[in-house]
Amino acid sequence: MSLRRPSTNQPENFEFSSSSLKAANDIISKYPEGKQQSAVMALLYIAQKQNNNWIPLAAMKYIGKFLDMPYIKVYEVATFYSMYNLSPVGKYFVQVCTTTPCMIRGANKLVEACKEKISENESELSKDQSCSWMEVECLGACVNAPMMQINDDYYEDLDKEKTLKILDKILNGETPKPGSYRGRINTEPENNRKTLMDLKNA
Amino acid sequence: MLKDQDRIFQNLYNDLGSDIDSSEKRGDWVNTKGLTDKGRDWIINEIKDSQLRGRGGAGFPTGLKWSFAPKEVGSRPHYLVINADESEPGTCKDRDILRFEPHKLIEGCLLASYAVQAHVCYIYIRGEYFIEGQKLQAAIDEAYEKKLIGKNAAGTGWDLDIYIHYGAGAYICGEETALLESIEGKKGQPRLKPPFPALIGLYGCPTIINNVETIAVVPTILRRGGKWFASLGREKNTGTKIFCISGNVNNPCNVEEEMNIPLKELIEVHAGGVIGGWDNLQAVIPGGSSMPLIPKEKCETLTMDFDSLMAEKSGLGTAGIVVINKDQDIIKCMARIARFYKHESCGQCTPCREGSGWMWRMLERMAKGEASRDEIDMLGDVTNQIAGHTICAFGEGSSWPIQGLLRHFSKEIKKRNKFDPIIKKQKDIPYLVDQHLLDKNA
Repeated sequence: MSLRRPSTNQPENFEFSSSSLKAANDIISKYPEGKQQSAVMALLYIAQKQNNNWIPLAAMKYIGKFLDMPYIKVYEVATFYSMYNLSPVGKYFVQVCTTTPCMIRGANKLVEACKEKISENESELSKDQSCSWMEVECLGACVNAPMMQINDDYYEDLDKEKTLKILDKILNGETPKPGSYRGRINTEPENNRKTLMDLKNA
Repeated sequence: MLKDQDRIFQNLYNDLGSDIDSSEKRGDWVNTKGLTDKGRDWIINEIKDSQLRGRGGAGFPTGLKWSFAPKEVGSRPHYLVINADESEPGTCKDRDILRFEPHKLIEGCLLASYAVQAHVCYIYIRGEYFIEGQKLQAAIDEAYEKKLIGKNAAGTGWDLDIYIHYGAGAYICGEETALLESIEGKKGQPRLKPPFPALIGLYGCPTIINNVETIAVVPTILRRGGKWFASLGREKNTGTKIFCISGNVNNPCNVEEEMNIPLKELIEVHAGGVIGGWDNLQAVIPGGSSMPLIPKEKCETLTMDFDSLMAEKSGLGTAGIVVINKDQDIIKCMARIARFYKHESCGQCTPCREGSGWMWRMLERMAKGEASRDEIDMLGDVTNQIAGHTICAFGEGSSWPIQGLLRHFSKEIKKRNKFDPIIKKQKDIPYLVDQHLLDKNA
């Protein structure tokens, strides 16, 4: 299990904005009547998005009332799943995969790059408060290892130098292009494709 | 090598575009009504004839699973749930289906829903695949627009709604009952079986849960016939499969190949060989991190299917092949996998919650050469006390890779760890301390 603690610095109030409210009601309508509790995960995402990428306790209480479920049940869900940030993270949230398939292709170099550019320790904001990084477990892009995720986008086939360049860009407020950084197409074997050749040349 | 026309996922590398028009050109959604008109029993029998086995890891026969759904819909509606919570290290096949072949999946959902009489289908996608989820949602919207799903889907007379539910970074939600708990808005902690989800599943209703790849191959099987699918591969291990080859190879890739293909062919032909040559190969994890590794000697002749890997005391799992060459420290690789399991244990059963941490810490010390000789047996003992003593298969999943290491590389561990048993030294050893004191986030 992983240990997760809410931030000690909590805002007092939280309320959905009108656009969040609409999104929340849309999601609740996906589930059968009386099963609105199913929407809790999606609503936590909406709260996280509205609140600079982290979820305060006030939002959990608000969602509990919104879905007519006990606060503790919302708290359980928010603390169980690792993608809910319980304390502030940067506007650019960098997640480096370091599980074995990435590790054996040099994920530690990506971690080094993050330490150099963002902050010495993981989950610590950069000097300009815009960025933070952490090591995560398998992100499911193993054939494009090593890789990292910045907010929603995957950056694949990296090495230290390329990572440093990407981090420089985000620290300047730019959004680098996601995808493979060795120029290969998706998950095809680079320069060694033996299948579906007619389609490639079509 | 499999002929190109026998590959089901023609757009695996997105040469053609994933939108509905190009999908229709590839044969998706062509006369879907003609398939459902032949009836539920025909569909289920055709899937049984194809001997399709679930592609999510356990390899359960799909036709059999569908036949467990109650024949008549009672007071409780039926549900179809698609498991797209792909988190097994080494596996990234469902991601490509979600983003490049979404219409195969959606059409498969319709056919499967029709066969098991479900009007609602939930697709559970891991939260990290947000972009892939959006691509799938765009495809679902296209399908609604063209009336391929919704009321009277594709003219079949069957109503079907498909919704996406995002996970939030919990590996355990790939376990089917944990996934159901998660859809119900709870912590993803697995349920006891029986009752099986086919009778009591989502919201207490009959629920059929299948992997993305399993459902995505269904339309092609029904079009080309179960016999065609069964003619590929070998008895009980039929058809094609997407293999993900990662790790120390020259050209890591996803490739769709015939079941029972030699491992050496996958590595040498498709993945461009091991870095440093075949002789530099140390071991291969054949089916995602849960499956015990296979040492080089056996890789020469190994063929990739469920039963032949089972005979090697490993398994095909998700067919995520991780190649480890001699430049890597095998104990460290396994220690990292143990750390993954320690991080992902849901905490429900004590043997797994505590044991996964023990295994990780012991392996970390073994990698550094700080363990004592007797601990190798102790580690084996711990794995045996976890496997088979937990609610779900996570217990096996976390201990099998370590049992594999002990089976094939115990010499390596012994060579590195020569200390006398700790009891003689009375040394302060970290794994005797409570886990929370060691947790780096504490």
